[in-house]
Formats: sequence, structure tokens, C-alpha cells
Amino acid sequence: MQERHVLSVLVENEPGVLSRVAGLFSGRGYNIYSLNVAPALEEGTSHMTITTFGDAQILEQIMKQLHKIVSVIKVAEYTDIPAVEREMMFVKVQAEGAMRGEILRTVDIFRCKVIDVSPTEMTIEATGDHEKLEAIIGLLHRFGIKEIARTGSVVMRRSSRAD
Amino acid sequence: MELTGAQILLESLKKEGVDVLFGYPGGAIIDIYDELTKHPELHHILVRHEQAALHAADGYARATGKVGTALVTSGPGATNAVTGIATAYCDSIPLVVFTGQVSTALIGNDAFQEVDIVGITRPCTKHNFLVKDVKDLAKTIRQAYYLARSGRPGPVLVDLPKDVQLGKTEFVWPEDVFMRSYNPNYNPNQGQLKKAIKEIRDAKQPVILAGGGVILSDASSALTELARMVKIPVTCSLMGIGCFPASDPLWLGMCGMHGTYAANMTLNNADLIVCVGARFDDRVTGKLDTFAPKARVVHIDIDPTSIRKNVRVDVPVVADCRLALEALNEIAQTKLTGEDWGKARASWLGTIDSWKQAKPLQWSKGGKYLKPQHVVRVLNEITRGNAIVATEVGQNQMWAAQFYDFDKPRTLITSGGLGTMGYGLPAAMGCQVAFPGKLVVDVAGDGSIQMNIQEMATLVQNKLPVKVLILNNTYLGMVRQWQELFYKHNYSHTSMTGQPDFVKLAEAYGAEGYRINTEEELKPTLEKALASPNPAIIDVTVEPEEDVYPMVPAGAALDEMLLV
Repeated sequence: MQERHVLSVLVENEPGVLSRVAGLFSGRGYNIYSLNVAPALEEGTSHMTITTFGDAQILEQIMKQLHKIVSVIKVAEYTDIPAVEREMMFVKVQAEGAMRGEILRTVDIFRCKVIDVSPTEMTIEATGDHEKLEAIIGLLHRFGIKEIARTGSVVMRRSSRAD
Repeated sequence: MELTGAQILLESLKKEGVDVLFGYPGGAIIDIYDELTKHPELHHILVRHEQAALHAADGYARATGKVGTALVTSGPGATNAVTGIATAYCDSIPLVVFTGQVSTALIGNDAFQEVDIVGITRPCTKHNFLVKDVKDLAKTIRQAYYLARSGRPGPVLVDLPKDVQLGKTEFVWPEDVFMRSYNPNYNPNQGQLKKAIKEIRDAKQPVILAGGGVILSDASSALTELARMVKIPVTCSLMGIGCFPASDPLWLGMCGMHGTYAANMTLNNADLIVCVGARFDDRVTGKLDTFAPKARVVHIDIDPTSIRKNVRVDVPVVADCRLALEALNEIAQTKLTGEDWGKARASWLGTIDSWKQAKPLQWSKGGKYLKPQHVVRVLNEITRGNAIVATEVGQNQMWAAQFYDFDKPRTLITSGGLGTMGYGLPAAMGCQVAFPGKLVVDVAGDGSIQMNIQEMATLVQNKLPVKVLILNNTYLGMVRQWQELFYKHNYSHTSMTGQPDFVKLAEAYGAEGYRINTEEELKPTLEKALASPNPAIIDVTVEPEEDVYPMVPAGAALDEMLLV
């Protein structure tokens, strides 16, 4: 079954490492839905969060193949592990006349922010997990979405609750 | 004392125990070549094409088990090397390739003879480096050799900009290598081994499928010990040939597309496959859905990605093949020696014997020309299976694999995964450099040989007495065979009339040329040619439309073989 998986990949922060990881996906026909890269805690390392789709066997291969890349330090997958996941996006919507009030109400319900306004458009900043952002996009569609920019998911394992 | 990058490179090679380099100079690597003449202990073989430098280093690595080293210039020198790098990558052969590069200041400016070779080779190297600072050079070389030979071996490329070759720094050789992101696992999990032992004990119809990993990890004797101890028959992928003696009664021959009837029938009727260092390539399994339907699978491999990539595995063992087999043998010594395995397996081995008897490897007699299979048998007879045999790719390769009796590992040198035509001659050259006193034969076709025939000049210049045995059918035989069998005899561009006179060609290079047309000429001429102290081409006219059998058509089940 084609399921959504979020992978967390810790890599050496060196030239070409993104290309090694991206090349693995393209070369083996795996799908990248979203990809986020930024420096990680330890100096000289970067953290990649990759969202992909695939069945269990493909996921297993992706994990193993990622591990095999010499510049990859650690790979984790968060389907069965308690984790927090967030993504940020900007949505520019058409906003004229009576629409403006309704857009603002929607923005309120989802605890988003309006970060830019013109006489005819509004740009909304939203943060949430994958489902929440999909829901916001679904609701904003009827106003007319002009543009979307998303960061891709980032994910972190939850701390243990037990003391 | 400060050394230049070029000096550091050569000193580092000596630290790594490198004694021979295969290469070709050019503008972006000239500073290293300038230094090279001051280090006579580093033997350099000047090839005639960079692809051949890579194949020669690869042949050297396969024959010796050491890391092969190649040295080429930037731009076209580097791109010419790519086929050789990919060939080594597909067969997990340890190589380190040094490429010249334009100065760091020019990188990205489309300078003369500049290509992004690190980018180009990213998917066909185990790892690669662009050295931007001479201070990193020694450490990078140390890592490159470590990566090439450790874990699942493979080619590593080190790109050396001209200013790094000329830059100066203190030479400090790092005795230890540590890479936090790279820690190959060698030791088998004891729990998994116990499960494997149980599978072996419970199986009624087991078979061992051995691959190139057995040869790479020098596990042949451990594998042979296991097979003989518990009487399990052995088949190999093309890459595994030689890891189990062909003279042993438990030997089934190669399996897969051109495998023996007995090997393929055994696999598809087995209730247990112990796969060691093979990766269930499509040429081995045939149609995956129907592959070994009754078999449970124990899979030993150092690379976790090989496991469960193509087939379901019941007992995965991620480990070095030799360490895993030795540990397995140790447990088997205490747990499995109580039983009379000869008796326990009598019925299974009897069934296999009947398959062997029913459809042995054979060829149809008659016809006007020598049969290529017969030529390989005669080669086997003359050399008593003691030559190192390199092959080109295609029918010649399959006939060599089928009809030459390989009793020892590292004696069949062939491009398995990538199937690179033009591989055999330069690879044979690398073997001959490694073993000057041994007989090295390249079993070739008239098509493949012309893809790197310029290396005859290298043989002559370096007095390397490689023998090239051309099975000349004036066709690209394997493609022609597919056209005959699956494309309604439409021989589209596979006929190679207008071939050169290979005897004269050999002589033009300063080598010896022999021609064989008849049965009467075959043995005496071949004996004479093989005994020569010089490089030689032996051009044998063979049946033009001979096919390789058995054959499992692409996409068919392993037991759906076309037979002679």
C-alpha cells in the first residue's frame, strides 16, 4: 500500500550531500513529496526531513539505501514512533469585498496569521501538520488561491513522558 | 618538510601498499606524472584509452584481492573512465581512481577539459571526493582506500584540482581512519546463525547459491567446507564462479538465464536456498513470481540493501560472508555432524543427478565450422583449468562460464553486473601485471574485442603475454541470438562483415597472430599460441549462428528453459 512516510536523515554537511540523497531517490525511482534541509545541532551536520510515499518494502529499501550513502550518519522513520510534525506555508488568496471577512474568520479558526495584504489579495501564514495544512488549503480554495509556498515537514521524536 | 600535493599523493600510495597504477597522462594531471618518474617503486602501466586503465585496475583487483589504482586526467580522461568505474561498481570491485581537475579557482567556469566528474560519477561510485585543499589530501586518500576495500567494496573517485597537486603542506599520514557516518558490520548475529543452522538441519532439498561476495571476502574454503560437511549442492551466479570447485560432485554449474538445467531445476525445486554473497539479480532469478516457489531463504550478505530487495528472506544475516560461513561451520561442527548427511540427502542428490544426466551442458554436433563450446573445452583441456580466464561480454562470456572448469576463486574475470563489452582484454592485462608468470587468456568475441583492441599496444610495450582467443562468428552473437529467437530472425545490425584480419592486426601491433579454422588446427595451434612468451591473438572461425543454451527467455520462469 502506498503510505506516507516521514524520514529524518542526519547527514554530514558537505558539498554534494543533497545531491547524493536526491540522486538516490531519482535513480531508484522513489518519490520525494517534500524535502527540508538545514544545519543540525552538531557542528558539520545537517538534518533532512524527507516525506515520501511507498509500501513497506519500498520504505525498507529507501531506509537501507539512505544508510548506505557514506555521508549519511543516521536515518529514522516516524510512522510508529511518537513524534511531532510541523510544516509552514504561505498561501496567497484572492481577497475582495465580502470575501475578506470570511477569509479572516477562516484564518482565525486555524490560528493562522495574515502577513501581507493588498486591496485584492491576502497572504496567510499557516503552521501545522500535513493534515491541517491540507485542510486549510481545502477551505481556502473557494476564494481563489494564487500561490502556495511550503517548507515541507520537519519532525522530531517526542520526549519520553515517563519520569 | 613540506611536500607538494603530487608528492603527497605518491607517498600516500606507498603507504597504502600500492605497487602498480594504470593510467594516462594529460594537462590536469601532468604534475603528478612529473613526480611519478622519481618513484620507480610505483610501477605505472600506460594504457591507450582511459576506459582500459579502469578495466585493467579492476582486473588486477579481482585477480589479487587488492585495491586497484587508476590515474587519469580531467574532462575527457575522466569521462572515458566512467564506463570502467560503473563496471567495477556493479560488481563491487575495490578501486581508487584519481582524476585531474582544473584549478579550484576555475571550477564551474567551463574551463578547458573541465567536467563535474564528482557529479557524473556520484551514482556509480561507492563514494567520491573533490579535494579542495592540499591539507586534506592525505586524509582523503586514506579514506578513499579504506572505503574502497571495506564493507561492500567498490570504486572510489578522488578528484584532484591542479592547484591542489601543486600546493604544499606538511605530509602527515593518518594511521587510523574514523568516519562517524560509515561503520560496516562484519560480524554475524549469533541468533541469526542459529536460525540458519536450524533451516539447514530441517531442509530436505537445500541448495547453496553463491555469488561474487564469496570471492570478494575470500570465503571459498569456508563455503566449500560447509557444502561438503552437510552435503548441500552448490550453484553460483556468474560472479560466484570459481568459489566452489567445478570438479566437486556437489557442483551444479552456474544458474540463471544461461545456467545449467540441473542448477535451475534444483533452485526451483529447493525447499531451502542458502544464498551467500549474491543479490538475486534478474539474470539469476528469471521471473520473480515463479522463482523457487517452495524455498525458504537464508541470505548472507554484507550489504543490507541486497537483502529483501528482490526476494523474500526468512533468515537474513548481515555480515562478511567469510566470517558468517566460518561461524556457521563452527556451530555446524557441534550441532550438525551427528547425522549421516550423505544418507539424509541421498534422494535429493539422486534427483539432481538425474537432472544432470538428462540435460548436461552440450552442443549440437555437425556443421561446417568449429563449435565455440568445443573450442572452450579444448582450452580447458590444454590449460587443465589453470589459466586466469578473462572474458568479453556476450556469447563468448557465457560459453567461457559454462564450458571452462573453474576450480579456484579469482580465476574467472568477467563483467557481470554491467556487462561491459571491451572489458576482457584490459582486465586480462591487469591480471597479467599482477601475475606475470601465469597464463592469462581473454576469451573474446569478434565484436567485443574491437571495443578495446588498442590495448594490444599496451601488452606489447609492457611485454605482457596475454592471449586473446577470439571466437569469431562475424556477428554480435548474443544480440543475434535474441533476434533469432524472439525477433523473428530480424538480424538488425548485428552482422559484422568487414572485420579486420585479426592475425595481421596482431602482427601490426607487434604481437603474434594465429588463425584456426579446422578441428585439425585447433589443438596444435592453440597449444603453440598459449605456450608463446609473447602477447597473441588466436582468431578462431566458429559456427556463425551458434546459440547459447540452456536459455531462460527474459521474463520466463527459471524452469522454462530452451535447451539444445
